[in-house]
Amino acid sequence: MKKENWDLIIRPHQRFFDLNLREVWRYRDLVMQFVRRDIVAVYKQTLLGPVWFVVQPILTTIVFTFVFGNLAGLAPDNVPTALFYMAGIIPWNYFSECLMKTSTTFTGNASIYGKVYFPRLVMPFSVVISNMAKLGIQLIILAIVWLYYYLKGGYDFQLTPVLLLLPVVIIIMAGLGLSLGILISSLTTKYRDFAFLVAFGVELLKFASTLIFPLFLIKNDTYRTIIYANPMTSIIETFRFALMGKGAEFNPMALVYSAVFMVVVFLFSTLLFNRVEKSFMDTV
Amino acid sequence: MSRIVIEAENISKQYRLGVVSGKTLSDDLKRSLYRMLGKPDPLATVGVENDRTTVTDSQYVWALRDINFEVEQGEVLGIIGRNGAGKSTLLKILSRVTMPSTGEIRVKGRIASLLEVGTGFHPELTGRENIFLNGAILGMTKNEIKRKFDEIVAFSGVARYIDTPVKRYSSGMYVRLAFAVAAHLEPEILVIDEVLAVGDSEFQKKCLGKMKEVAGGGRTVLFVSHNMGAVSDICDKALLIEKGRISARGQADAVIREYVNQTLRFDLSSKDSLSDPQFRRGSGHVRIGGLRMFNALSGEETNEFEPGNDVRIEIDMEAHQATDELYFLMGLRSSLSREMVTSTGRIALGGMSGGQTKKASVLLPALNLSPGVYETYYWIGSRMQEHPYDVIDNLTAPLVVKIPADGQALSTGYFKLPFKLDL
Repeated sequence: MKKENWDLIIRPHQRFFDLNLREVWRYRDLVMQFVRRDIVAVYKQTLLGPVWFVVQPILTTIVFTFVFGNLAGLAPDNVPTALFYMAGIIPWNYFSECLMKTSTTFTGNASIYGKVYFPRLVMPFSVVISNMAKLGIQLIILAIVWLYYYLKGGYDFQLTPVLLLLPVVIIIMAGLGLSLGILISSLTTKYRDFAFLVAFGVELLKFASTLIFPLFLIKNDTYRTIIYANPMTSIIETFRFALMGKGAEFNPMALVYSAVFMVVVFLFSTLLFNRVEKSFMDTV
Repeated sequence: MSRIVIEAENISKQYRLGVVSGKTLSDDLKRSLYRMLGKPDPLATVGVENDRTTVTDSQYVWALRDINFEVEQGEVLGIIGRNGAGKSTLLKILSRVTMPSTGEIRVKGRIASLLEVGTGFHPELTGRENIFLNGAILGMTKNEIKRKFDEIVAFSGVARYIDTPVKRYSSGMYVRLAFAVAAHLEPEILVIDEVLAVGDSEFQKKCLGKMKEVAGGGRTVLFVSHNMGAVSDICDKALLIEKGRISARGQADAVIREYVNQTLRFDLSSKDSLSDPQFRRGSGHVRIGGLRMFNALSGEETNEFEPGNDVRIEIDMEAHQATDELYFLMGLRSSLSREMVTSTGRIALGGMSGGQTKKASVLLPALNLSPGVYETYYWIGSRMQEHPYDVIDNLTAPLVVKIPADGQALSTGYFKLPFKLDL
């Protein structure tokens, strides 16, 4: 009897080392449906629709250019200030939105999770992918701004071969946002304490990256190490270097560090997530 | 030999009562400490049985305890029990929404669960978009949904609104669409929780028909419901859960009879509140002081009857003020839906002078009611319905109609319809 082949065994705790990614792949249609929902539903009943995706980075760029660039004089001289900031803001926003949205995976979807089973990872994956569409539109704006300054002249900057690395950089960034987000989500199903840290934690992390100032302003080695310890630093730097060839540092080792950091956190948080998903409905 | 597709072994589920607090954390730490030391869970031994009415000191309760059962392929199993008996917990475990505390369930084939219709419906999306979204949530692939799309729309009957956001739908249209998607799921095993109670009666009939069709099609179905008529109609086997344990298992009709007769055990003393008129409506010109129910044939005082019995009700009344006319009305209310099932209409009892007491006896011959529990409603007043003297609404023992020992299956509805046959 026990030798029979069962398709599914429901028991208290399953093996810890089970990433469950194959099951997510089986549910890829559902991932795409959620992605569609997230993109379509947000801008229903608006006239401009997806145009709103670009308003936020444009306004942020204007404010940063004025406050940090013109008033504080933090931006490097030889590149367009607006381009410098926009090339940082867009990847940073992608990362922080992925993190914030996936950090409420369990608490925010309890009503669906409580009624039907599908691999819970489907939800955070769909968030990361739907934000990718948003990122795509924002990158077009970035390209337009780049082109504008390039044609206008007066600055000495050009594209570098590092540009080819950007897809990899985007994947690392997506992985980082996702992993940290579901880690927080897993930790806050029972005790909500951590949830209070997320919003301002991400805000603080911003200042420990090179979003606001160029890296060459930091001379102290200790500070440089701290800044580089933030895995988003190398991402922002690579973005900027790829687009301008100056005003930023391309450090392959730092990028490798970010990638390793991402993989480790991803594995750990996915395992934790899969463990929590089995019973979180009782405590959420 | 038929194949076993679900095998549940020693399923238990423990829940913690109260709010999450520091005590929860210390219990959690204790648990992980014991687990690290390789000892059994220290809290698995505490906990009381699942009875929502009693208050205990224990922080833990067993919603389910040692559940064992097997389901064969093609079996349509009804799961019945009172509110809070653990039916939904069992369904949640089967549909992997939560996991059991102990035990194991082994399943063969794809299992899909319908604990709710319209899970994940997004108000801003159109009907069409929601069909795809909801279908995918329930486990269908895009191609499967595409193939069945026309059928789903036709079944829902909202074809005209299919490209309108569902937030503009009436609530009826919404559930119709939601059920339509769910009804077109085609897993090997389907787990359904009380989703029939949606829509108008025409649509309910359609849902029930669809369920029967699914059940008849060789699919394995687990069906939780309070609707005994539906269970006896659709299911061949049934499982009765009582206080977290299985108390009966077998042919659906036998288990239903057991369940109905069991819910009928009613504590007469707990309803003796006639002496306190505090919760009663009415002007109090005349008060009912006593109510007794008898089996008219045996003369025994009881509230349990079988279909066809003669019921006699004795009423004691006391007039505090003189009244020219006095009417009495008795009604019966379904204890499940709370709707009034039937009433005697007003019966004239003549006048009373102040301070007078009066006894009346009403005979209800050949009780024509389906088995069940009926809350009682007594009313006395003048001809004008607006001014009752006294109303006793579900304050005394309910009238209980038992399933007779030789009883056949339940008839659906409250009454058996009399008929004459011409061939």
